[in-house]
Amino acid sequence: MSDVSAQIEAVTPGAVVAEFTHVGELTVEVRKERIVEACRALRDGPGQFALLSDVTCADFPDEPGRFRMAYHLASIQTGSRVRLRAWAGALEPEIESVTSVWPGANWMEREVYDQFGVRFAGHPDLCRILNPLDWSGHPLRRDYPIGGEEVQFTDAV
Amino acid sequence: MSTTDPRTENFPLAAESREAVEGALREQRPLTPTERVIAGVEAYTPEEAAERTLANEMLADIRPGVRQPLLINLGPNHPSTHGVLRLIVELDGEVVKEVTPVIGYLHTGIEKQCENKTWWQAITLVTRMDYLAPFANITAYTMSVEKLLGIEVPTRAEWIRVLLGEMNRLASHLVWLGTSGLELGAMSVFFYCYRERDQLLDLFEMVSGERMNHRYFQVGGCAQDLPPGFIERVRAFTDEMPKRIDEYEALLTGNPIWKDRMKGVGVLPAGDLLALGVTGPTLRAAGVPYDLRKVAPYSGYEHFEFDVPTSTEGDSFARYLVRVQEMRESLRIIRQVIDGMPEGRVIADDRKVVLPPREELAYSMEALIHHFKLVSEGFMVPAGEAYAPIESPRGEMGCYVVSDGGPKPHRVHMRDPSFVNLQATAPLCKGNYLADLIAIVATLDPVMGGVDR
Amino acid sequence: MALIPPPGAPIRRSPRNDERVDWDLRDPLAAEVSKGLLTTTVEKAIAWTQTSAIWPATFGLACCSIEMMHTLSPRLDMGRFGAEFFRGTPRQSDLMIVAGRLTQKMAPVVRHIYDQMLEPKWVISMGACASTGGVFNNYAVVQGVDKILPVDVYVPGCPPRPEGLMEGIDVLRRKIGVNGQVPSSELIAGRRAERLAWEREHADELAALREVTAGHDVQQPGEPPVVEPVVADAEADAQARAEGRGDAG
Repeated sequence: MSDVSAQIEAVTPGAVVAEFTHVGELTVEVRKERIVEACRALRDGPGQFALLSDVTCADFPDEPGRFRMAYHLASIQTGSRVRLRAWAGALEPEIESVTSVWPGANWMEREVYDQFGVRFAGHPDLCRILNPLDWSGHPLRRDYPIGGEEVQFTDAV
Repeated sequence: MSTTDPRTENFPLAAESREAVEGALREQRPLTPTERVIAGVEAYTPEEAAERTLANEMLADIRPGVRQPLLINLGPNHPSTHGVLRLIVELDGEVVKEVTPVIGYLHTGIEKQCENKTWWQAITLVTRMDYLAPFANITAYTMSVEKLLGIEVPTRAEWIRVLLGEMNRLASHLVWLGTSGLELGAMSVFFYCYRERDQLLDLFEMVSGERMNHRYFQVGGCAQDLPPGFIERVRAFTDEMPKRIDEYEALLTGNPIWKDRMKGVGVLPAGDLLALGVTGPTLRAAGVPYDLRKVAPYSGYEHFEFDVPTSTEGDSFARYLVRVQEMRESLRIIRQVIDGMPEGRVIADDRKVVLPPREELAYSMEALIHHFKLVSEGFMVPAGEAYAPIESPRGEMGCYVVSDGGPKPHRVHMRDPSFVNLQATAPLCKGNYLADLIAIVATLDPVMGGVDR
Repeated sequence: MALIPPPGAPIRRSPRNDERVDWDLRDPLAAEVSKGLLTTTVEKAIAWTQTSAIWPATFGLACCSIEMMHTLSPRLDMGRFGAEFFRGTPRQSDLMIVAGRLTQKMAPVVRHIYDQMLEPKWVISMGACASTGGVFNNYAVVQGVDKILPVDVYVPGCPPRPEGLMEGIDVLRRKIGVNGQVPSSELIAGRRAERLAWEREHADELAALREVTAGHDVQQPGEPPVVEPVVADAEADAQARAEGRGDAG
């Protein structure tokens, strides 16, 4: 178990589901109920992951959890990075908001809500951000059509 | 669109207010703060409206002459908001009480479209995200794909990436300086900056064939070698450029109007900026020397000697000084690159990923097959995910790619510094004058193409 | 080979060959009168003034707006064509340069700004995205700004070079120049046939005029028309129409 997982486990035992290193990047998968505690533990812990680089999501329609959240954390001092992952759930995807840990997560989570329809519990301002406010559907879901106009002669290719 | 909800039944809502209410109605939740601001007073129910009027009257009774807040709308088409940014500002007299940025007016759906293109076709699209830093966009994207593929990029290609990335930083900062000057009334700076930017774009055109939106970097290296004579022209440019930067500084740094409008405007402690995720010159101007080129060197930045300019004031003037100093540091790096440019390949030698040289198609059957496969189907990327952060002119630009093992990306996400930095607008502007808001937004340097993607 | 003509020799000038713009200057009567006067119609005079003071709206959307700014740069200086004065308000602008991709969210705003501009107004669609949607064929981008606005000039490129935009503005100037629209070739042919008929009718007077003006430095009127077949066709058509045979061939 890596230092990062140990840090999380020390604060919230049982939060870490799995961890692995792929292409030199450390990924820690946590249970979605514990995401806020895990983030807070890493921010305040000895690793000093003070910067939340990015919050994003990817859609896997065949997986039971379907929406896989990815939180990219960075350390200002050492430049080391860790990715936290959590599955938000297929039906009515919802996960705790980390805006209480980093206020900067506000827009990133709004973007994920706008594009994927994942709801964030405890978010102060959860509405659409990129698409028009009355847009229907969540464009980055895999089952959302790309739209646009058909290009001539596409069928000939 | 008609609706039977009592909230909107008796009120002739403007189209936009209706839009804001529509989404909340569909999900059966109350309006969020942003939606409430966009909907404006028209979204109040009769009872709410009466309540507020009453409250104002009572206030007026207690404190005669009490001022009511004034809501004004800057943008999305405003000459000083750096593109299609919309700011809804609540003013008390001339002092900003609250700012609500509304973005998405340039949402282009690039991330969605990347999922429908092959890995190498997506390069064309990511270039157009942050249109002032096309080389930074491609570097982040190709680096993340290379991570998944496990390709070694040749040293010469890495150095070319550094060279063009730093020239890109110069070009981007020149646009920032020129337009900021324009917005704050220093028009001549614009002409000075664009004079040099034209020279830079000539060099970009020489190397890639296009003035903007270059698709010069490939997965595995660069599309071509540098053209003959390029290094000499870059050297001539770097010899001339320091004098030009002196000219800008002579126009601005000591200028009392410029100083008055910039100094002490838009200050936020470094801790707050960090909590908001702000990176780049904005964070460095507040005293945090966080530069990915130093902290986590990529693409061979560890070979070059340069300083990370910082300041402790954290105001708009400090951000200006840091950026100007960064231009000088970029020139320093460029000089080191052209002095020590190594020889060798400019793209990795992996026929499963990299297009074969053009002339080989004339005599080699394998080359033809590889070419055909790569162009028609694309290359396969092993399943997994990768995140490659780089230091763009505006801060940390990261590319998160997820592959399912096929020829098309499963997910491409750009962590754009403009998007994250723009969140700092509201806390930075609070309590400043309306005119200072322009200075603050100008020195944050958001590029809306990157914000909205 | 005498490069310098002897004193007193008539100065021969090459004819103005841009028929689409300068056809009125070739009118012999106008040429005569232009020695002392300038005659024109009010529409033409206004159009001429408009061509030299096109004020664009400060309106940039994406990448193309950066190239739009480059047309103001010292190297190119759009001020040479009177179009350097970017106005912050649509009320004071004549030209909207739609520079960049137009998104679904922005489309109502753009239409609103266009409606706020006063007549006469023109629209240049700058770049591939504004003209057709460009590489972005998806849910978010309007596939061509002409879906919501009437476009006068399309400038291709991704983004177009600043020189491209300058060419676009020049095309627009020519378009405005003649009563607000480019004269059709039919109109030009008709005018030429009319002029030749007039010349035949007034052959004697013209000959007399020529004698009077022989010593002056003016373009000699009554030069042979540039393209004969067009005139012949026009005359044949007119004859055919007069005889009620309908359209020939």
